[in-house]
Amino acid sequence: MSGGRSLPSPYTDPLRFDGAVKRRASRPLILLRRLALRLLTHVLPLMLTIIVGTFILIHSAPGSFVEIMSSEMQLSDQAMIDRLNVTYGLDKPLYVQLWKYLEAVGRLDFGFSYRQNIPVTEAILHHLPATLILMLSGLAVALLTGVASGIAAASHHNGIVDRILSMVGVFFFAAPIFWVGIMLVILFAVKLDWLPIGGMTTIGADNGILGNLFDLGAHLLMPAIALGLHQSAIYMRVTRNAMLDAAQADYVRTAFAKGLSSIAVTVRHIFRNALLPVVTVLGLQFAAVLSGSVVVEAVFNWPGLGSLLYDSVVARDYPVMLGIIIFSSLLVMVVNLIIDLVYAWLDPRIVLE
Amino acid sequence: MTLIHNFSRNPMALTGGLLLLVVGLTALAAPIVFPSDPLRIVAPALIEPFTNGRYPLGTDGMGRDMLAMIVHGAGTTLAIGISAAVTALLIGVTIGAVAGYYGGWIGNLFGRLIELFQTIPGIVFILALVSLFGANMVFIVLIIGLVSWESIARLTRAEVMAWKKRDFILACRATGMTDIAIIFGEILPNALAPVIAVSTLSIAGAILAESGLSFLGLGDPNISTWGRLVGEGRNMITSAWYISAIPGVAIVITVFALSLVSDGLGEVLNPRLRR
Repeated sequence: MSGGRSLPSPYTDPLRFDGAVKRRASRPLILLRRLALRLLTHVLPLMLTIIVGTFILIHSAPGSFVEIMSSEMQLSDQAMIDRLNVTYGLDKPLYVQLWKYLEAVGRLDFGFSYRQNIPVTEAILHHLPATLILMLSGLAVALLTGVASGIAAASHHNGIVDRILSMVGVFFFAAPIFWVGIMLVILFAVKLDWLPIGGMTTIGADNGILGNLFDLGAHLLMPAIALGLHQSAIYMRVTRNAMLDAAQADYVRTAFAKGLSSIAVTVRHIFRNALLPVVTVLGLQFAAVLSGSVVVEAVFNWPGLGSLLYDSVVARDYPVMLGIIIFSSLLVMVVNLIIDLVYAWLDPRIVLE
Repeated sequence: MTLIHNFSRNPMALTGGLLLLVVGLTALAAPIVFPSDPLRIVAPALIEPFTNGRYPLGTDGMGRDMLAMIVHGAGTTLAIGISAAVTALLIGVTIGAVAGYYGGWIGNLFGRLIELFQTIPGIVFILALVSLFGANMVFIVLIIGLVSWESIARLTRAEVMAWKKRDFILACRATGMTDIAIIFGEILPNALAPVIAVSTLSIAGAILAESGLSFLGLGDPNISTWGRLVGEGRNMITSAWYISAIPGVAIVITVFALSLVSDGLGEVLNPRLRR
């Protein structure tokens, strides 16, 4: 360092480091900007469309809530019916009702369930944890079995293992979730009597924290498997194809050329890159998992959003139905937003659009 | 001809095609083999399957012939699946083509529409609509089509985007062809192959969706489908588990066959995907 020229520093030499270091420094900022942009250009307009669309749809259905209720209760006093209409704001024009509803939803207030006599938000929040537990466990089953069998299939590419796994995958894709659920119940609850037939907890049992967790796990096992197996076929296929794609990439050849072991290449270079499409599918499939959990909840009497939806559909409880459509769409969107950020974080090539 | 040749050389696709043929023939033969109403009570209740030659699959809790009900369900199931998928195909291809062909705000708007339907969980929407407007089979088919066009539209959009950059499309524009003529006459015939493979899969999806709805007891009360049979048998799983199990097997076979055919079509129509 005695001469006038210093060694090229990563911060000054433009040819060598091309701003890579700088970019890492501002990465959280980039992610934040990405988040704000997606919120403004995607989430807000889509949510607004969903709320307005479903609101109009529900109010164009024959029979308002007051009409249904008065006919069920054999109410014929017109003055009483008028008073009910005023109480629930049904006498106002539709756009006024819509505006009031939008205002309320902005405050996360989805109205009032006349059937259950509680605010819709309260009903949804009460049922949400059960659904989240079920969905997360189902996703865990799907990802574990799907990714593992996808790797196995890719490493025996076109061999007998690959073919058998792909057949099994198609079978679980073809088997209706509710039917798989019932078959599990017949085998493990009715015939073998190993697992509880339905519900989320044993009523009236309290065996301390550990005992209760075990009880929850026993109730959760079959619903999670029924939900997860159907999804796992998709993850298996994506993992398999992504592994095969990644295995042909130049960086894999380089890694082998460096003399890395086959396991090291598979884990560090192929699998890590194959994860990206899996993450994408996770987002695309989230709405389907939610749909699946509605059916699974009906099979296993799982007290989640699906059961709430089913009850509200049977009872024509419109505010709850509307609330669940909006809330579940919001959930899907938030999850996709998170996945979008995770993706951007995983893949350094993605900067801002 | 090479298409059929390639298809028949793919063992999984061939299996699927043959299974589908069996289901289709069953549907056609139903009125001949079981000419009377399948929902008629014909025998004592709860005859176990494979114990009585006259009722090979046994009878349900009301004494109805399981085999007759399942054979009659084949036609209903295929009709529901195909008409819902055609609905989805029409919506999906139109919206996907417009979204892919036009840039600017039109393409953007239609792209958002695709995103919108990707966001709403299908079953939630179907259940709400059925509760609002009644469980009529035609209506149910339309709703299922309405919630399942999104994957077809996404694929069509991607294909159209890729094809519209080709030189021959530029040539078409130069000769003054209208956009509609270019989209439907030039681009779509080229882009349709993978779309058809995905549409076969959406028949399977529609069958699963309808069976789920019927299982929940929210299907058309006048039509007996396999899903409804599974649902009806559910109350008897402790005493007669086969009532739920057998109709489910019929659904599995049909959807399994459709998935294999869809995979096979995808590989045959798009050799790049073969591995």
